[in-house]
Amino acid sequence: MLANQTGCCPKLSHALCLTNPIGRAFSMALPYIHTHDDLSPMINVEHLTKMFGAKCAVDDVTFSVGKGEVLGFLGPNGAGKSTSMRVITGYLPPTAGTITVAGFNVADQPLEARRRIGYLPENAPLYADMSVLGFLSFCAEIRGLFGPAKKDAIDRVVQLCFLERVLHQSVDTLSKGFRHRTCLAQALIHDPEVLILDEPTDGLDPNQKYEVRTLIRKMGAEKAIIFSTHILEEVEAACTRAIIIDQGKIVANGTPDELKAKSPQAGNVTVTVGKVTKDQLVTQVEALTGVEKFWIVSEKPEHITLRIVPRGNLLPELLEAGTRNAWKIEHLDVEEGRLDDVFRSITLPDTNTAA
Amino acid sequence: MKTIWTIAKRELGTYFSSPVAYVFIVIFLLLAGFFTFMVGHFFDRGVADLLPFFLWHPWLYLFLVPAAGMRLWSEELRLGTSELLFTMPVTPWQAILGKYLASWIFLAIALFLTFPLVVTVGYLGHPDYGRIFCGYLGSLLLAGAFLSVALLTSSVTRNQVVSFILAVVICLFLILCGWPPVTDAVSNWAPAWFVDGLASIGVMTHFESLQRGVVDSRDLLFFVSVIVFCLFANSVVLRAQRA
Repeated sequence: MLANQTGCCPKLSHALCLTNPIGRAFSMALPYIHTHDDLSPMINVEHLTKMFGAKCAVDDVTFSVGKGEVLGFLGPNGAGKSTSMRVITGYLPPTAGTITVAGFNVADQPLEARRRIGYLPENAPLYADMSVLGFLSFCAEIRGLFGPAKKDAIDRVVQLCFLERVLHQSVDTLSKGFRHRTCLAQALIHDPEVLILDEPTDGLDPNQKYEVRTLIRKMGAEKAIIFSTHILEEVEAACTRAIIIDQGKIVANGTPDELKAKSPQAGNVTVTVGKVTKDQLVTQVEALTGVEKFWIVSEKPEHITLRIVPRGNLLPELLEAGTRNAWKIEHLDVEEGRLDDVFRSITLPDTNTAA
Repeated sequence: MKTIWTIAKRELGTYFSSPVAYVFIVIFLLLAGFFTFMVGHFFDRGVADLLPFFLWHPWLYLFLVPAAGMRLWSEELRLGTSELLFTMPVTPWQAILGKYLASWIFLAIALFLTFPLVVTVGYLGHPDYGRIFCGYLGSLLLAGAFLSVALLTSSVTRNQVVSFILAVVICLFLILCGWPPVTDAVSNWAPAWFVDGLASIGVMTHFESLQRGVVDSRDLLFFVSVIVFCLFANSVVLRAQRA
């Protein structure tokens, strides 16, 4: 329930975590409850399990993505991200579970579902012997676009993915960035309602990464998008929500801010106070009820820096104490938590019990 | 139907966008000519028919058709484009038929380019054009049957060489089953029903009866069943691969 509330407002989630450290420890496997009431989910995955022989690649995964959402798929290599995506697109049949895309069951009405999905597979496979234009033309025709509609669609994606320069070039002479963008163009050619992108920024240079990320965020407003990535800053830059998957299971699900709040360091306060002696400050801080523990980070004649682990709602109390004791607060910083800390703490085997 | 044609068009484009197609056609025409004139003694026979031409087709096709079909699926598997193809609104049957038709059309083009031979016999004598037509029909069906085998073997491996060798082995089996030297050797020790059964799954008996100008529905049915069986097996393999 807490996840649901905080899902509405990322700012609020942070405040809540300050007031309630227990809130940070709520079950990370808490299923996400959709907050966009006006829209039914575009992608609905229920109890998806995929076995390869005896090996379980995806284990009872449930989530949904609504229109206007960009879902980031995070996880270590081999966690089951690509497999999940392949099952959602209908490329691999699930061992158990149901998947609906835009209201169509992927198992029962595969063609209807696929018509509404744009998919960028991992490593961006392309027909090597075709030109970029020929390839896009083929994809448009397979998607049922002919004549002027085909031309418009190709023009649109060529512009969107910056492919003008290589339009008549053979695919196997393209650089990795262009190959990736050609494959992305293929996924966008029929303007699908659902986009599934497996590592869309893999192998791109920083500028291209930025462009693709911007594109994803822009398109996210009117589509349902799932994309997988290893790059955590991408999640913050482009996602409205993120799922961390490890060993085939969802281990965390929430907005990037919610996830960050799960970091062990989240909520910690660093404060630099001047015009006060060390003994005075220690006594005054010890008196605060919201302080779990604290330590002195640095001590200089002009100011002292403290690091405080809060127990409850520390900030108002701290500021009040500052006014009362006439501290000269030079610097105040509340740790937001970092996604890579969260990622590490969740997916490293030795700390896995926390999840 | 449109989807099948889109896929077939792409496959045909693949053949002709590289020199492979032209090399293939030239080799086919050279070998066909060589066997007809040098080995088959076309002129010395003094008969206005194309028997020495068609006689060698099973052996030509034994190597050339697997070569033409070996990359159809294995290339997709190697490049990973099958993932692209099967996440588009395409059924396995559409993909199989599209690929099959494209290659068959390609082989038909190669076969059509032997038309100077028909013109030659027409110039030299008075051939039975019905029989020649039957010969072409049989040759095209034989190529189609071998092609369906090649398509099937290419779907089981991402390695084109393996796909080629498997196809040649299976096609060789289909040829030898009904080839007189083999059936004669087998008939020395095997019961008659076995020899007949063996001969009936071989392509040679069916191919030869078409060369005689006889369009027997059983022969047509044979080739069609081989093709349908292989394409069906192909769809099973494709499904099993993804499960």
